Amino acid sequence: MQSVISIILQRLALGLLTLFVVSVVIFTAVNMLPGDFAQAILGQGATPEAVEAIRKDLGLDQPPITRYFQWLGNAIQGDLGNSFAQANFASFAGADTGVSTTVAQQIAPRFANTMFLAAVTACIAVPFSITLGILAALYRNSVFDRATNVTTLTSISSPEFFLAYVLILFLAVLNPMLPSLSNIFDGMSFGERLEKTLLPALTLTLVVTAHMMRMTRAAIINLLASPYIEMARLKGMSPMRVIVKHALPNALAPIINVIALNLAYLITGVVVVEVVFVYPGIGQLFVDSVKIRDIPVVQACCLIFAAAYILLNLLADILSILSNPRLRHPK
Amino acid sequence: MSLLVEINDIYIDGRSDETWSPIIKGISLELKKGEVLGLIGESGAGKSTLGLAAMGFTRDGVRISGGSVKFDGIDLLSASAAQKRSLLGKRIAYVAQSAAASFNPAHKLIDQHTEGPVQHGVMSKAESAEDGIELYRRLRLPNPEEIGFRYPHQVSGGQLQRAMTAMAMACRPDLIIFDEPTTALDVTTQIEVLASIRDIVEQFDTAAIYITHDLAVVAQMADKIKVLLKGDEVEEADTRTMLSAPKEDYTKSLWAVRAFERPQKPAVHTSATPVVSVQNVSAAYGKVRVLHDVSFDIHEGRTVAVVGESGSGKSTTARCITGLLPPTEGVIQFDGQSLPANYKKRNKDQLRQAQMIYQMADTALNPRTKIGDIIGRPVQFYMGLTGKAKRRRVEELLEEIELPASQYIDRLPSELSGGQKQRIGIARALAAEPKFIICDEVTSALDQLVAEGILKLLARLQDSLKLSYMFITHDLATVKAIADEVVVMKEGKVVEQGPKHDMFVPPHHPYTDLLLSSVPEMDPDWLTNLLNERGVDNIGDAAVDKMS
Amino acid sequence: MSTIVTLILLLVAIAGGGWVLRFAGQQATGNAPVFRDMPFAVAFGYVLGAALLLFSIWYFFQPTVTDAGVPNAGVVFFRWAVQFFLMSALAAYLFRLLGRNLGTAGSKKLFRQMPLTASFGVLIILIYAITAIFAAWLAPFGQEEIFARVNVLPGGNEATGGDPMHPLGTDQIGRDLLSRLIYGAQNTVGIAFVTTCLAFFLGGTLGFLAATLQGWLDQVLSRAVDVLMAIPSLIFALLLMTIASAWAGSERWLLTVYMIVIIAVIDSTRVFRLARAVGLNIVVMDYIEAAKLRGEGLGYLIFKEILPNATAPLLAEFGLRFCFVFLTIASLSFLGVGIQPPLADWGTMVRDSSQFINFAAFSPLTAALPLLAAGAIALLTVGVNFVVDWMLHKSSGLKE
Repeated sequence: MQSVISIILQRLALGLLTLFVVSVVIFTAVNMLPGDFAQAILGQGATPEAVEAIRKDLGLDQPPITRYFQWLGNAIQGDLGNSFAQANFASFAGADTGVSTTVAQQIAPRFANTMFLAAVTACIAVPFSITLGILAALYRNSVFDRATNVTTLTSISSPEFFLAYVLILFLAVLNPMLPSLSNIFDGMSFGERLEKTLLPALTLTLVVTAHMMRMTRAAIINLLASPYIEMARLKGMSPMRVIVKHALPNALAPIINVIALNLAYLITGVVVVEVVFVYPGIGQLFVDSVKIRDIPVVQACCLIFAAAYILLNLLADILSILSNPRLRHPK
Repeated sequence: MSLLVEINDIYIDGRSDETWSPIIKGISLELKKGEVLGLIGESGAGKSTLGLAAMGFTRDGVRISGGSVKFDGIDLLSASAAQKRSLLGKRIAYVAQSAAASFNPAHKLIDQHTEGPVQHGVMSKAESAEDGIELYRRLRLPNPEEIGFRYPHQVSGGQLQRAMTAMAMACRPDLIIFDEPTTALDVTTQIEVLASIRDIVEQFDTAAIYITHDLAVVAQMADKIKVLLKGDEVEEADTRTMLSAPKEDYTKSLWAVRAFERPQKPAVHTSATPVVSVQNVSAAYGKVRVLHDVSFDIHEGRTVAVVGESGSGKSTTARCITGLLPPTEGVIQFDGQSLPANYKKRNKDQLRQAQMIYQMADTALNPRTKIGDIIGRPVQFYMGLTGKAKRRRVEELLEEIELPASQYIDRLPSELSGGQKQRIGIARALAAEPKFIICDEVTSALDQLVAEGILKLLARLQDSLKLSYMFITHDLATVKAIADEVVVMKEGKVVEQGPKHDMFVPPHHPYTDLLLSSVPEMDPDWLTNLLNERGVDNIGDAAVDKMS
Repeated sequence: MSTIVTLILLLVAIAGGGWVLRFAGQQATGNAPVFRDMPFAVAFGYVLGAALLLFSIWYFFQPTVTDAGVPNAGVVFFRWAVQFFLMSALAAYLFRLLGRNLGTAGSKKLFRQMPLTASFGVLIILIYAITAIFAAWLAPFGQEEIFARVNVLPGGNEATGGDPMHPLGTDQIGRDLLSRLIYGAQNTVGIAFVTTCLAFFLGGTLGFLAATLQGWLDQVLSRAVDVLMAIPSLIFALLLMTIASAWAGSERWLLTVYMIVIIAVIDSTRVFRLARAVGLNIVVMDYIEAAKLRGEGLGYLIFKEILPNATAPLLAEFGLRFCFVFLTIASLSFLGVGIQPPLADWGTMVRDSSQFINFAAFSPLTAALPLLAAGAIALLTVGVNFVVDWMLHKSSGLKE
């Protein structure tokens, strides 16, 4: 047991380290902007006074290392800085309205929305794809297996927006069952929210299911080829018992791994799908901010996405260590 | 006595690239209650496929296309899945080649042991567990009460193999199929497993089909032997007849292999400078020391066999000599001159003088390079020959290794058989015109007949080119065949060394003794005699413990 | 709610059908092994499959126009999909037949082993390659040419708002959509191809170097790649594109160049991983040791010993990477930060025409436009993936 804990602690430390380095990379990348933020957001026509004011306001007169640690320190405490878009607007209005939106304020509700979308997707996709994957592995080379293979391959190959529009076409336009726009706001009932989220969630499900199902199938086939499964069959065990007693305990690690990896994959998919359905999540905020070059928001979103990604990969790693009998019962 | 197993004219096909090709071509087999049949053949003979077919089982991509399999009067090929399941594990059991892979890593040994009896309704879980412990005891496993509560990865290979035999015995089956149960084990471990399998099969009067490629092993275990060759039966006879008077040429040739032996050469002058001299070499992987103070000499035109079980440091010694693993202490001398420790520091001529032939010809030849280029590269690299001169030299070398040049020069390695590939490896080494060649288990991946051809070729080349060999092997028959001097290694140390004929005559270091006596011989009474000699209690772990 | 009840009832009926099928089969064939050992799930699957097939056939033959004269858009789209599917299968079959009877012995053998999906993939890749290379000759008009009539509907039928000059219609500023679709092949596919080549050059070289030399170089490169791969690639690409757009300023073509470099660098990390792993597997082979002990240099090791043995996995990876890069670029363009106008590009076309999808119920042809551009993207990646899937299956030698 001692060794498992130390391995897990090692992985955790490694994950934290990676996150730290990633934050440096993101910060450095942003600092590669020509001129500086102030110039970039105000454009060529800005007065030197306005530029100077923003520069001071953002602390741009400090050396980069100081700024990095300030940014990181604030970020850890939940303060992700002020949104440029707001600052920009305020300076154009020529007056300090006193209402400055912080990045954290912008991100928080959208982050919750995205988590809701991801959770709904996971609830549909995980059981569905794992069942499909196991079935395809059990009946491999059958018509069913070949059909699923072609379908999932097609689904993987299609861009997310293609799948989204096909679903909109069939489920929203031709058969008006679900809304094609996901305008979600506070104070909605859970049922309404779910209804509005269903179509984007289904799109993501299509994308993720294909990956997850193929990976599950490969993992199970790999497992069914192992000599101990043959041994169990040669001991005269029923097919059900072979699966439940002999295959599943060993399949847990690869399946958990598949799930975590695909949830991490969801993060990328979420961006495009949120834009298609105008879903007010962090992905859409990210794309909007990219377009208007709202650097603090871009930076913050990037960090959140990366953190989630690293965390899920870490989780996959740790869970598969925990489900390995060789590590749980050392010599 | 009635027949237990009756296989009649069975045909089995295997699928490759969407087409079916035959693996077994019409073999019949009969087995009475309590009888042990040895199935023997080279790799690809179809032994395992036939063994599984006797259980009415085929692997994926394999099908039975004709004939019948009857077990105790039940036709297994037309039986329903449920009916077959009620026989498997209960009346027919299977012991696989690799116990480590065939035990489920997620469950304890005893739980896997009791699964069969409980599911087949033979015993309750508690009864079966108690019985399991008794079986472990009879199979002479250490700590029988406690070993079952371990997970497979916590138990050593030889012990797992016995635990698997116990598991096969759990329902007291009428028939057990043993599929090469000792092939993956070292010789000293193999003996314990063989002895326990034979005892328990006798005690319970179980019939068995024992599959192996090792003649000496099957001679100990079987009442009768069937020889297979590429899916066909060669002949079948009871063990003693088969050993003393084989009928078919193929069988005779299998038996004859063991007869090849070079005469012992006279001792070398003590004053002569050895070609290679390993002097007090120690080496380590990272912080783990794997070689301790190893010294031996190799003289011109002679073969030094380095013998030991896996992990004894044989191959590490070779890596030190070639400079892949610079020793932490000691030096390697070549013709009286010290070689730089790291191969990167050696000059072209030093590299050329010492060549190497590998165990797995498959990985030793670049699969994307034509034979002519594989042999041609050292010719060009060291001798500077190009164009026609290079081609002529390559042709000469191919003739030297007895392969017609015109036929082979443009082929890829994948178009060659295992033995031919090994010959190409030899030709590549010869192309550098070295004085010294390291042969790393060059015959152990080959079937016996082919291996003998390689050994004869190496012997001939040694005489005509005055080559020195360092011959790494774990097989004492090979040592007998080709060595002039023998170095015995264990746990990174040289245990004993000397001329060959001394090594095969007692008295020895106790480890050499154990090693030598553990190599199965063709005599069917060998195991019985050996066990009597050692005293049953002395066998197994106890014997090894005493040594170390 | 009633939909769910109907669905459940249907499933129960199918389950009953499965049981009947198995029982009837057992009776009719005198308990033949096929029916005797058939699990219930399999019987259920057969009946479900048959039910779906029957429903599809029935739906296919529904009228395309309802009694009220309104187009029955669902049936129209379904017919298009089925017809497209059948036509592709037929084309793939004919193409394979052609390949089996024409060409060298080697290519004939290749086509003989090919499954239908793979031959479909090869056909698609060929068509796209030809379209991309000869776009200037194939397209009726230039990609930036503007016509007087805007928003012409596709179909080329004057009666339904089309124009025979523009079979796919024109966009909101009057550019010929067929021409833009054809040029889109050149731009989108071409840029993706260049990017993938660059990613391979970078990742492949460094990966093999790391595998061969090992030591500190391998450590440094591998850790750097670990960090870069810890950021999801689309997110990272978007971040860097923000910065690149500031650098590029008003020079839009420069932004496209930046995009190529950015995606190539991000993707080269994946190539690096694979090249290094493949390289490491080869480096442990005895023939590499033999070459090292012969005194061969680094160049010989990489080009003569390692590379020839890595071509199969690298080729498959090239296909997968290309798909990935292609989809990333399409997504970026769709989000508005990828290939910049006036270059015709499929991702941008989808975004610009996406609102037409809402007219599907009245005018299926109009709604087909965004699907056509998106489908053009999907079709190529599907084709490439089919071929790669077959290659991987073949090289793994898995007979499963």
